[in-house]
Parts: sequence; C-alpha cells; structure tokens
Amino acid sequence: MTQVLIIAEHDGAKLNPATAKCVTCARGLPDANITIAVCAADATAVAAQAAALAGVARVLKLENPANAQPLAALLAPQIVALAADYTHLLGPSTTFGKDLMPRIAALLDCAQVSNIMAVVDATHFRRPTYAGNAIVTVECAPGAKLVGTVRTASFEAAGGGGAATVQAVTPAATLPAHTRFVARAAAKADRPDLQSATRVISGGRALGSAENFKILYELADELGAAVGASRAAVDAGFAANDMQVGQTGKIIAPELYIAIGISGAIQHLTGIKDARTIVAINKDAEAPIFEIADFGLVGDLFQIVPELKRLVAGSRALKAD
Amino acid sequence: MKRILVGIKRVVDANVRIRVNPDGTGVMTDGVKMAINPFDEIALEEALRIKERGAADEVVVVSIGIADAQQQLRTALAMGADRALLVRSDTAVEPLTAAQVFLKLIAREEPFLVILGKQAIDDDNSQTGPMLAALWNRPQATFASKIELAASTAKVTREVDAGLETIEVDLPAVITTDLRLNEPRYVKLPDIMKAKKKPLDTLTLAELGVEPRAQVKLVRFEAPSQRQKGVLVKDAAELVGALRKRGVI
Repeated sequence: MTQVLIIAEHDGAKLNPATAKCVTCARGLPDANITIAVCAADATAVAAQAAALAGVARVLKLENPANAQPLAALLAPQIVALAADYTHLLGPSTTFGKDLMPRIAALLDCAQVSNIMAVVDATHFRRPTYAGNAIVTVECAPGAKLVGTVRTASFEAAGGGGAATVQAVTPAATLPAHTRFVARAAAKADRPDLQSATRVISGGRALGSAENFKILYELADELGAAVGASRAAVDAGFAANDMQVGQTGKIIAPELYIAIGISGAIQHLTGIKDARTIVAINKDAEAPIFEIADFGLVGDLFQIVPELKRLVAGSRALKAD
Repeated sequence: MKRILVGIKRVVDANVRIRVNPDGTGVMTDGVKMAINPFDEIALEEALRIKERGAADEVVVVSIGIADAQQQLRTALAMGADRALLVRSDTAVEPLTAAQVFLKLIAREEPFLVILGKQAIDDDNSQTGPMLAALWNRPQATFASKIELAASTAKVTREVDAGLETIEVDLPAVITTDLRLNEPRYVKLPDIMKAKKKPLDTLTLAELGVEPRAQVKLVRFEAPSQRQKGVLVKDAAELVGALRKRGVI
C-alpha cells in the first residue's frame, strides 16, 4: 500500500484549496492511503476541514504554539519525526510547499520531485521544466521514500463528504530557535484569491501605471474575478508581487483568464496554459498571447475594458429583470 | 573574514526558445546562448551590495557543472565577485547533491551568509536552498525581496503567496532570492579584463568527498501539448457574446 502524508497549507482558520488538490494527486498513486498533517497552534477548525475531504483516511493534528506561523525550519523536523510510516510526502507547489518540502526531503536524505503535474504510477511522474516548454517523465527508485510538490493547476480539488479520523500527535522533535516570525503584510482579502479564483483578469505593462490598474479592478468586480499581473507590470511597480502570474510567480488554472495588455512571454504563458478559456486584449496584433488565446481582441485596452465592464453589468441587469 | 557564498548556475538563456530534442533525452543546447541563472545574478548583486556597504569582506561564487561554466563564473567575477570555485561535474547534479557540495564548501569557507537563487529556470526545481539549510542545520529565508543585516541576525522580507512576510533569522543562514530583491548591474568592459586575473579554482566532487546521487531518473522529455489558436473577435460586444455562449460569464 502507498502511504501518503500530505502537509496541509492553511492560515490558521481555513484550509487552503491547494491541499485538496494534493489529495487528488495522491489518489492517483496506486492503492493510496492518505493522511493529512495539520501543523497549527490550534488545529481544530482546519483539521475538521481536512477530514471532510473525500479520500482522506486520517488527519493528524500537530498542535504547538510554535506552529502558529508556517516556518519551514520549525515544521520540517516535526514532519520528519512522523515520516517513517509513509512512502510519499506531498505538499502543494505554493510558496508554503516550496519552502518546506525540500527541507523535509534533505532531512530524510531523499529526493524530491517538484511540480508534479501527473502521476503515472508510484515511481513515475510528469513535471514541467524550462518554464513548461519541456515536460519530463521522471522515474524514482522503487521502494525509496519520496517527497513531492504538487502543481496545483494540474489537479481538481478533492470533493467533500469524507469522514476521516482526526487524532492529535506529538512528534518527538527539537525545534530550533534560530528562525522567528516577525510580520505578514497580507494582500486585501476582499477579492477572490488568485490561485483558486474561477475567473482571473491580468494586466501587463501596457496598463502604464498602478493607477490605471483601477479599470481592471472595476471589471473584476463585475465578474467576481481575481486580479493578476505579468512580471513586467509587477517589476514596474504597477501591481503587488503576490499578483504575479507565470513561471516564477503563480501557476493558475481558472475557468476564464483575461490577459489585458500582456504580450505573452513564454514565462507568462506557462502560468496560464491550463486555464479553460483564455481571452487576450492587446493593441499589437502580432503579440504571442494571441497564439494561445481562445478569443482575441485587437485594440486599445483603455476603450475596451470600460466597455466590457458596461456590457457585463448591462447583461447582469437584464437578467435581474 | 566575513564571507558570502553565492551559487551560480549555467542555464539556457531565458530568451531562448526551448525545443525538446528529437530523441526525447533533453532540450536542444547546441549553439544555444547560455547565461547565469537570473535568480543567481540577483543573489550575486545582493552579495556585492552587502560587501560595498562594508558588511562583508569577500564574495565567493560557486558553480557546479561542466568546464564551460567557467564562462558564467568569469561573468560573475566581472560583476565584482572576488574569487570563483568550479566544482566539476560532467552530468547535471540533483539538488540534494548540489546542497551536499555547498555544505562541504561551507566547511572550508565558513561564510556567514549563503545566497542562492530561489529556483533555476532550466529544471525549475526550487530545492537546493532549503536542502542546504536543512543539511547545515541553519535557518533559511526563501524568496527574499529585502534583506536587512544586523551583527548576528538578518531580517528578511519574503515574497509569499499571501503577500509579504518578514522573518528574522540568526546568522549564518541560507537566503534564496526573488525577483524584486534588486536589479543586477551590467558588466563593464574594463571589469571583464580585470576578471581574467581573479582566481578561479577548479575542484572535483571526489576532492570534496561528495558522492553524486542519482535518485530521480529523467526518462523522457516531450514538448507540451499546444493550445489551439482561437478566433479574433471584432469588438467588446462580440467578445461578451462569445463568452456568454461558452457559459464562462
């Protein structure tokens, strides 16, 4: 039997949807028995959410005041202390998982497969390299313990309706004092989360200023969409770093992605190519983004975006009548 | 001596259009422009700025790879690194092996700071930094966008999915760089000439006592499935109509 331990990502109150996607990835392993570890100061709420995910057998609560913030140097030894019972340890390929999982792998002296996009069998996985321009199938040694991060855009979230057992565990681990949490400046929470939103609108350098991003937010409000940005727009200071979509930012897979004033560098395209429908709005008809867009509109974004907003608001008003 | 160790990986330049080779064993590299991994350039720039502020005495750049990686190390020396070490390996090393190499070099060089890129843009693994910190039993501060050094600690602002997170770590520590940490300097011609005289030593994995691991076999490379090119619409109204027809708005 494949014994899988998934490290839950959460904010202390809510389980991050990335964890439910790891569950789906884990269910692709043959005969998988899935356990989720929740490290928190008080894991009650998050453990209950994890226990409700379909396909999860067991949830472990690792409660410790030191776990109030997800510091890899503190979490890793606790996970390692539990690792003997598992063949596969998985976390999401988010900044949480990318920070934590390699630290766990090194302490276990085992390999990590990053950004798993498909599970072939217990030892074969597919993952993107070169910004998604080459997909490699990797083979891990049979019987060796394996750590992996899951490319969340490649998997649907596991459904609910599960009833896993929840148990508290106290791993025998010495926690270092060399790493201390200071502060987190979180993005505004009044908008859908970029990584789990079903609709995303992103802006590029052509927006011209942070001020001009306002028109994207207005359209996003009409559509209930999250707002993202190209690297160029983030580097130029038009948008916050946590909005960056692409190879070195967030990899997303919304139902609808609208790229506005984004030319479509390969590094950006790798972050969006799992979107169900891609729309590109750009004044340059030769922009590479049109090569992968389902719908392209060549024109001035400063005219088109407000008009889109009016049309979307108008059609909603009609429906309300 | 207060020393900073910086990792420099030779990678296919970010602007090259990547093609999988016909036999599926990798990507085409013949005649392709190579460069320093962009995140490593940011790592070096940060180390140089720390030294220029007087908070470090020496910046040592390290690469693991083929003899040609000397080109990237010479570029790093031209940017301002004091000396370079090339650990020769004719095959690509796995991240855990790279971390073990750095651990051996740390024992020799005793840096107070190791700065690495958060990921290499070829394998996109994002593993070596935290692996090194784990083996070294020292703190890690990944995805750094700001580093404030004090006598025995560093306050690091990290680019995380939720926004910006600040942590404080005791030194020595491993820091990995994110894009917004700095903008690397351009290399000037006189510096390229000067760099030729700077020390560049070559070592082997065996000399360091590192047995390379091969735990993840790369079985087959394939080009990704391509999205179909869609249609152009003439205006916003037609776009909204098309999206409604598809049921996505």
